Amino acid sequence: MQKRLWLIVSLLVIATMALTACTTPATPTATEAPVDETLTFGMLLVGPYNDHGYSEAHFVGGQYVEANVPNTKMVYVDKVNSADRPGTTPAQLAEELVAKGATVVIFNSDDMKDSAHEFAKAHPDIITIHASGDGAWKDGKDYQNIPNLSNVMGRMEYGKMMAGCAAALTTKTGQIGYLGPLINDETRRLASSAYLGAKYCWAKAGNDPAALKFKVTWIGFWFNIPGVTSDPTQVADDFYNSGFDVVISGIDTTEGLIEAGKMKAAGKEVWAIPYDYEKACQEGADVCLGVPYFNWGPAYAKYIKAIQAGTFTTGWEWLGPDWTNINNPDTSMVGFDKGAALSADASTALDSFIAELAGGLNLWTGPINLQDGTPLLADGVVASDLEVWYLPQLLEGMEGQSVSQ
Amino acid sequence: MPKTSSRWLGLLFQVGAVLLALLFTSIILLLVGAKPFQAYERIIYGAFSDMGHISDVLVVWVPLVLVSAGLLITYSTGLWNIGIEGQIALGAIFTVWAMRLLQDSSIPPVLIILVGFLAGMLGGALWAALAGALRVFGGVNEIFGGLGLNFVSTALTIWLIFGPWKRPGVGSMSGTVPFDTSLWLPMVGGSRLSLWSLGLGILGIVVVYFILQGTYFGLRLKAVGKNPRAAFLMGIPTSSYMMLAFILCGVFAGLAGAVQVTGVYHRLIPSISSGYGFLGMLVAMLVNYQAIGAPFVAFLFAALNIGSIQLPIDLKLDSTLSGVLQGALVLFVLLMDGVRRRVLHKK
Repeated sequence: MQKRLWLIVSLLVIATMALTACTTPATPTATEAPVDETLTFGMLLVGPYNDHGYSEAHFVGGQYVEANVPNTKMVYVDKVNSADRPGTTPAQLAEELVAKGATVVIFNSDDMKDSAHEFAKAHPDIITIHASGDGAWKDGKDYQNIPNLSNVMGRMEYGKMMAGCAAALTTKTGQIGYLGPLINDETRRLASSAYLGAKYCWAKAGNDPAALKFKVTWIGFWFNIPGVTSDPTQVADDFYNSGFDVVISGIDTTEGLIEAGKMKAAGKEVWAIPYDYEKACQEGADVCLGVPYFNWGPAYAKYIKAIQAGTFTTGWEWLGPDWTNINNPDTSMVGFDKGAALSADASTALDSFIAELAGGLNLWTGPINLQDGTPLLADGVVASDLEVWYLPQLLEGMEGQSVSQ
Repeated sequence: MPKTSSRWLGLLFQVGAVLLALLFTSIILLLVGAKPFQAYERIIYGAFSDMGHISDVLVVWVPLVLVSAGLLITYSTGLWNIGIEGQIALGAIFTVWAMRLLQDSSIPPVLIILVGFLAGMLGGALWAALAGALRVFGGVNEIFGGLGLNFVSTALTIWLIFGPWKRPGVGSMSGTVPFDTSLWLPMVGGSRLSLWSLGLGILGIVVVYFILQGTYFGLRLKAVGKNPRAAFLMGIPTSSYMMLAFILCGVFAGLAGAVQVTGVYHRLIPSISSGYGFLGMLVAMLVNYQAIGAPFVAFLFAALNIGSIQLPIDLKLDSTLSGVLQGALVLFVLLMDGVRRRVLHKK
């Protein structure tokens, strides 16, 4: 009797659901495909839309497009990762956005590479923009030759150099910690850029370059996944409790900053530099030296306008700051927003450093050795985009793991 | 009480449980400022609005029903196989291992996939046997043993992805390098559904149904579950039967892992089990450990999983709401079952 009862109940529930689905009015909801000429673009965010980090920077970029390009609308899914949305793939979620009318889909994370390529191949009519990828880079190591695939990335190397400089100008112990996400080409070059900036400003301030300690600790992903990654809160605490007084964050969330705030409240003199999102310092203004951030809006607005005009061509773009004003919201892909905890002297020195960068200073100039001592660049040789993008190790002088084991 | 009215009373309590679960979820929705009916409408839309969505539901249904089928065996034997998540993961790991070894050989892809499935079954069975051995020979409660083994399997998966099986030069949370498309289970049309895996899911639950309902072996399993001491005294080797139950469940979990690899992700990812182990436990509880209801409830849960994707897109609600509904269903069904028993007892 019992089993028959269950059969009936189960069938009843399913039938009710199916029936409701059949009788669902065909009138489109607020987010369904528009019938006018509005261009709907979709965005897949690896983290929460309000993470005060990488995903929020993208989300804000999407809002910028909606505000500045007429007849556009964004649809998005956040937390697109296998831990938060088990059983789904980014390609599957992208198709959900297409079902909402999206004719352009932006995949915002390097970790979505497989899915972005799979989706672009399966949907040749949808323009697929993979931020941080290299599948559309003809000279790159992973060129895919997919006609509807584009890549865009900011030259955050400059932002990280500024972060490293601000850290070196502030540290009193001469020990800078770098809270790294996972180990890949991108994260190696960003951590190394921070080191180059720190080393430059440290030496310029008259310090012994050999006395600067720069250590990278990787947590395993862009943000904390309990049980899977190392806990960034713990890693930041370890830094602050072992003599590192400035922690530069390479992850998408703000644990480094929050822990610095707690340490300061407890009487420690420590600072932090978050990452990705322009307003990240708000979570701990009194310990924040500044934040290197992405400003995705102008780039996406440019693409969407070109798509509307029918002039868009796919390709790979690595966009730098607008050196006339790195914080111009309408022109600069990468910016650095100084924090309240940056001293006046350090601020002035940082401005000089930024002016030097704007004037052509390139810290990716030899002699530079890789962490194991292998020469990367001979004296006076400037690194190519390929050499920087595919940096195989951290640099000589940095502590921390270079390759995942 | 006449049999018919008892049946109707039971039905009434079950429907009441479903309504209470919906009411509970609705209250939560109202508390966060959402409109419950709009949310339910979106879930239904997301699960059944077209063939694409229905096929996505079935993609989730296959591993879920396989896991549920396996769990029905351990439940029947009175065992709480909490380690099912790890058994799915080990199934996936063994499948990937076998396919990595063979992918560059001249062996036809179909055979490689077949070997992958067999390896997956072996991986799941071995991991389950470990939990079983801890229980039967070590006296470690299977709940604690299983939990521990789940942690070990997660660590093993992460280590493989970031270590020996990492992508060239980098470790990536997106998993190992995907297999060549020739090693993917063939999919129907433009969907993600493979008829092979669908067939496997159906076959799996049918086999378990017949084992439990129509065989002497199944009867003995249930006897061990009902009263192990009495079963032992009746001449049933309870230890062997418990071990067999674990191993059989592991085979099904390993199969689910193999399906996740060959039919869904085509590689090893950190969360390869997709939480289907724990979800399968809810399915088994909700069907009162009867195989006949498992495919339907698994389908309902799969529909909730897929349908709830619409919540963040359309309503900016967190899609974990489906988990709330699934959990509420189980809780209220158990609760109402208890109430029903009390009512019948009084009468």
